[in-house]
Amino acid sequence: MNKNIILYGAILIFGIAAPFIFPAFKVQLSILCILIILAITWNVQGGEMGYNTFGNILFYGLGMYLCASVQVGMFFPLGEWTEGGGEKTFVHTPAQFFQGFAVGLAVAAVVPAIIAGLIGYSILGLRGHYFAICTLGLGVAAGEISGGIEIIGAGQGFTTPPFPNVDRLEARGEFFYFCSFIVLVFTFLAVKAIYSTRFKLVLNAIRDNEDKAEAMGIQTMKYKIIGWMISAFFCGLAGGIMGGLVGYIDSTDVAFDGREMGVFMVLMAILGGKGTLWGPVIGATLFHIFKEGFWTFFLGWQYVALGVLIVVIVIYFPEGIMGWLREKYPERFGEVVDEADRKAQVTLK
Amino acid sequence: MDFLIFQVPMLTLQAVLDGLLLGILFALIAYGMALQWGVMNIINIAQGDLVILGGYIAYFMYLYGIHPAWGVIVSPIIMYFVGVIIYKLVINKVVDRDLFISILATFGISILFMQLMNFAFGADVVLANSGYGTTMLFDNSVTLPNSKIFSAFISIVFAIGLVIYMKKSKLGRAIRATAQNARAAKILGVDTEKVYAATFGINAALCGVAGALISITFTIHPYMGLPYTIRSFMIVIVAGLGNLPGVAMSGMGLGVFEEFADYILGTEFRIGSVFLLLVLILVYRRFKLSRKREYLK
Repeated sequence: MNKNIILYGAILIFGIAAPFIFPAFKVQLSILCILIILAITWNVQGGEMGYNTFGNILFYGLGMYLCASVQVGMFFPLGEWTEGGGEKTFVHTPAQFFQGFAVGLAVAAVVPAIIAGLIGYSILGLRGHYFAICTLGLGVAAGEISGGIEIIGAGQGFTTPPFPNVDRLEARGEFFYFCSFIVLVFTFLAVKAIYSTRFKLVLNAIRDNEDKAEAMGIQTMKYKIIGWMISAFFCGLAGGIMGGLVGYIDSTDVAFDGREMGVFMVLMAILGGKGTLWGPVIGATLFHIFKEGFWTFFLGWQYVALGVLIVVIVIYFPEGIMGWLREKYPERFGEVVDEADRKAQVTLK
Repeated sequence: MDFLIFQVPMLTLQAVLDGLLLGILFALIAYGMALQWGVMNIINIAQGDLVILGGYIAYFMYLYGIHPAWGVIVSPIIMYFVGVIIYKLVINKVVDRDLFISILATFGISILFMQLMNFAFGADVVLANSGYGTTMLFDNSVTLPNSKIFSAFISIVFAIGLVIYMKKSKLGRAIRATAQNARAAKILGVDTEKVYAATFGINAALCGVAGALISITFTIHPYMGLPYTIRSFMIVIVAGLGNLPGVAMSGMGLGVFEEFADYILGTEFRIGSVFLLLVLILVYRRFKLSRKREYLK
């Protein structure tokens, strides 16, 4: 217990100090926080519940559009803002900007969660690969449809409100870094709290055998919907912050980017280890370092590398880093192992 | 409601005919998907990218002065080997694993293909001009490009040829036996590894034919693969595995739906409506089955 407090304290202090130690990497660090949030939320859905989804990108993109729309729409007519493209006739004062952002984030978190609750009953009745393909379809459809809606910028995109003029130049990076870091801490603690309750056991029961779980008297549909809503809540938050950070929202390339973000979150969770608390965090960190390295040094070949990486991870490393560690040092994970018994085990095919 | 399609009744006929001819092409791709899904229990997200790759083969023949219709012969031969290579490198490691693993692995292949094609062929929308001209029907109010009729005809020829091949040939019987029970087939001396490779190769070859036809009739672009995958997936789940007339019917139905969506909603919502239709179909099936306390398997 004591060791854990020291560990968490160290990470927290590092997180707070990071933008001052590495001032050049503030944007990268903020993106890292967002990626970790997405990986953790995907893990609630895909790792613990066993419902592998490509569709959390839907909530991420929704959060992004909602946050920006609310931030603009609270003070100025939204239609005229998006019609103007890059040329801005309206300028947010600092107070307006922060108020709008706060309200926008709240909306960006709550509305996707409600939408997840509404569509959850229909879609979570699908299982396995049907669920995966259906959510893939949802994500792509959302991108295509939002690309045709005029009021949120249609094909030409949506420029989010520029950061207001305050005296310090560094303020923008620090603001978004701390926003994403606070949300990350909040997400981590919330998920950690959830994982220590009966709720997590129910989710695992659904993953292992849904029919039996139902036969044991668990209302599986209720728990599945709640699980998805939790996922959607944090995905929406992450999307809202990311929209402000990037500064420009495009329907298929930034918001509903199933080819990048939608795959990243699955990949990060699998790389770190599905169904563990720390797995997605480690996976996302490693993945981000790898990705940035590749995006910088092999520009243009990054998708080739990404494709190869997906195939290699999925085929040769499906249990992830935490899964590998667990196999190697089961004692550390609180599993009692009889060595003779373990050696005598024969894998059946 | 002032939609153009209701003001000009002949446009309805145009949309239906276009949709049917397009749907036959979709059905050909879906047939390949149903084949490898049924035999190997793999959902191939890279299906659409194989189609596009096949299209680029025909396009390159066109660039070098050969009539693109010959791509219908050349493209499947090349694509067969591409399919076998993909099988040997990736698919044979995911065959007996969880379906989600295969979805993710083929998603990786799809991203890889997309980008490699983007490098090799550029990001332009291209088409191979066949120079077949058009047929006018009903006092010139309905126009049908001959290339569409040609492509539908070729698709039907290939589909029928494949059905006969699967029924009569030794490999076809081996494939069907493996689909029924891989283990029993193995005991009775069928080299299932070889059968799997051949199945994936045949699937890729079908994609090659379809791609060559698409490059003649429509346009191809490196990133246009995913919609073809989703369409064929949709056709297969509506028709069911191993139901060839069903695949043809639902393929044509989807083609007609798309043409009408194009006219009524506008072209920018065309792909979106296809993906939404997939969601709606899955949800409909789910509610229908849940009355019997069952779910889609």
